[in-house]
Amino acid sequence: MSALLEIRDVSKGFPGVQALQDVDLVLDRGEVLALVGENGAGKSTLMKILSGIYARDTGTISIDGEQVEIAGPRAAQELGISIIHQEMNLLPHLTVAQNIYIGREPRVGPMLQERALRRQTQALLDEIGIRLRPTAVVGDLTVAQQQMVEIAKALSFESTKILVMDEPTSAISISETEVLFRLIASLRERGVGIVYISHRMEELREIADRVTVLRDGRYVDTRDIGEVTDEEIIAMMVGRELSAHHEDRPERQGGDAEVVLSVRGLSTRGLLSDVSFDLHRGEILGFAGLMGAGRTETARAIIGADPISAGTIYVRGEEVRISRPDQAVRRGIGYLPEDRKRHGLMLEQDVAFNVTMSSLAQVRGPLGVLRGGKARQLASSFVDALRIKTPSTRAMVKNLSGGNQQKIVIAKWLARDCDVLIFDEPTRGIDVGAKEEIYRLLHDLAGRGKAVMVISSELPEVLRLAHRIVVMSEGRVTGELANDEADQEKVMALATKNIDEGDVA
Amino acid sequence: MTESQAPAKERQTSDEGAEAPPEQSTGGWRGRLGQGLQQLLAFGTLMALMLFFAVASPNFFTVSNLTSILLATAVIGILAVGTTFVIITGGIDLSIGTGMTLCSVVTGLLLTDMGLPLIVGVLGGIAFGALVGFINGFNVAVLGLPPFIATLAMMMVAQGLALVLSGVRPIYLSGVPGFQQIALGQLVPRIPNAVLILFALALVLGVVLTKTVLGRMTYAIGSNEEATRLSGINTRRWLLGIYALAGACTGLAGVVLASRLSSAQPQLGMGYELQAIAAVIIGGTSLLGGRGSILGTLIGALIMSVLINGLRIMAVQSEWQTVVVGIVVLVAVFADNLRKRRAEGGGRA
Repeated sequence: MSALLEIRDVSKGFPGVQALQDVDLVLDRGEVLALVGENGAGKSTLMKILSGIYARDTGTISIDGEQVEIAGPRAAQELGISIIHQEMNLLPHLTVAQNIYIGREPRVGPMLQERALRRQTQALLDEIGIRLRPTAVVGDLTVAQQQMVEIAKALSFESTKILVMDEPTSAISISETEVLFRLIASLRERGVGIVYISHRMEELREIADRVTVLRDGRYVDTRDIGEVTDEEIIAMMVGRELSAHHEDRPERQGGDAEVVLSVRGLSTRGLLSDVSFDLHRGEILGFAGLMGAGRTETARAIIGADPISAGTIYVRGEEVRISRPDQAVRRGIGYLPEDRKRHGLMLEQDVAFNVTMSSLAQVRGPLGVLRGGKARQLASSFVDALRIKTPSTRAMVKNLSGGNQQKIVIAKWLARDCDVLIFDEPTRGIDVGAKEEIYRLLHDLAGRGKAVMVISSELPEVLRLAHRIVVMSEGRVTGELANDEADQEKVMALATKNIDEGDVA
Repeated sequence: MTESQAPAKERQTSDEGAEAPPEQSTGGWRGRLGQGLQQLLAFGTLMALMLFFAVASPNFFTVSNLTSILLATAVIGILAVGTTFVIITGGIDLSIGTGMTLCSVVTGLLLTDMGLPLIVGVLGGIAFGALVGFINGFNVAVLGLPPFIATLAMMMVAQGLALVLSGVRPIYLSGVPGFQQIALGQLVPRIPNAVLILFALALVLGVVLTKTVLGRMTYAIGSNEEATRLSGINTRRWLLGIYALAGACTGLAGVVLASRLSSAQPQLGMGYELQAIAAVIIGGTSLLGGRGSILGTLIGALIMSVLINGLRIMAVQSEWQTVVVGIVVLVAVFADNLRKRRAEGGGRA
């Protein structure tokens, strides 16, 4: 029997770039195929060809052994191909039901049949085992639930037999990931073939059958996932071995280093309750916890981005009042937000603009006139120091890769010479090679005496980076672990600690 | 970052040397070229229009007609140059038309009823404009009102106040010695001072926008206000300053208009804001914020004046002139979109 989906020798060029060169991919019924590669390896381009957004230059695509032409997104849908994109395409003000059947609502003449729509949606959700109310407004749902809506939408097309998921877990918590994986398992039983794009190795091991690796737009290999080690996969992706693990697990930091930032009893009206911790000079302090545990909220409260209802902040022992981010920056506290594009960068501006954003005081002359040459010099010194890959300091930031964009945000705070750096998910959406480099950078920063706070949802990352780990759950600190006593189980136990139950007992 | 935004095969592994692959650079210079291209396009349009009218009518390309075009551009141009700042922050200011009227009334009262010296009347009008702008900025940046609503309200308030303060009658200023010279005097032979004021203002504000911290903040807030705030910038303070600056330009426009008409006309002004905004847009400034230039605005304002003047000389009815200007705005925005899509298409698709 022929494969469900067979892509052979597909190439695609853009002006100046050969994005794909003779790429193969074979997907069977009921199979989960992991598609991996660094950013820029061609995964998204390949998926866009599959979904009819791009037309391929050469090569063939067959479904159930028959060659097909995918003329556009609609044609892809009719051929049974559904794609769940990294960035979701839901309408936040509409309900779950309205989103799933948008453009296909049951109707009588011009009148919409809301009740029939709800029934139909309920039936669909029951069938695939998603527990959501059809009348829930999508904007009120968690990211994971929205992901579920996307999946339900993809499956609401009767014909769907090929499902592509582009980093579906990048924004959801561990428990939600489990729900997603159960759903994937049931889809696979129904014979749906799934192409699963992700950077997380453990995840791929858990659900994928085989793994296809792309590198620089070329097909590298396809292997049974049980047959290869993580190191082999990474080596295939980057084309060489990574010398990553020699600095695994940092030394435990001596407790005698100066306390740079001290937080006591921090509370906000919405979530945080009595959050206290100390951050030492030269230390990387990890913040672990589930999605919504209050880690980002803690960071935002410290820098004055959100109002606090109680609590005191001390910088080098001195009590400070911070009610706006500019006040935090004046105290030497820089925040690198979770969502770089929305909160960290001016994508349409150039590298120098972004790097010097927080330190214009250094490059301004009388009357606030900016010294362009000096600004560029400052920017390019950080471009060199952080090895930011950019054609020049005049390149627009949106044209750089995720890893380089993150480095630009780091450069912005280094240019300002902040003593306290708060990293919120520093490696989200960044590929393996660049991740290593960010890790090394964080170590360097701590080594140079900066106090570094790292919020991360990836436990291995926290365990690897942090000297100490603060674990949060439901807006409170549930524990603090030194690196040498921490492991995944202990952190998870603290992260899932239910405060209310504890109070009752 | 998704690959869709960077199909260029970047390798971010550290051991590969700092040299970037050449294809990566396309986005950079293409974006830069795009900005220049838009201005070039606007400039080309202006030249083409002038050529067309010069050929179509012998009365167009005369010194006196060109002077009158420039004079007609002055007031709208001054408004447009100021409001370019607001639009680059991603905001909009609908109050500049009636705000201008209010300022000219204030100047008129200072000079006639109160009999204050010329310089006080002029500076008073400009300062009053800055105050109006500051209040707009306060409503937007501190109270968090949407710029459209805040300035729509201010548009009405200013119109009402102009009528109340003037007693719904024009304030005649021909008796104020030297006042007319502000707009109509000729420091440079054949060129009315109003035109010099416009060009001087454009030059100064062009430098402010591109070379100073204030200009940098204008672009930054328009590119991404939240990122700017989280970068440790007091965005409220800068927005207040930017709106006040635009307001000061409104005041200056009010003084120039009153000088040109030798009177403050309380009924005038409504609709000027839309013409100024149209000039800004024709000049390639994005209503979404983060992108735009003073030079573009200047060219945009000239395009509108040339069009209206040329059509008038060709004896096109004034009703139809308005229709044509409307179509030009559509075409300009469409061309800009097309250019943007192509520029991004080159990098992406």
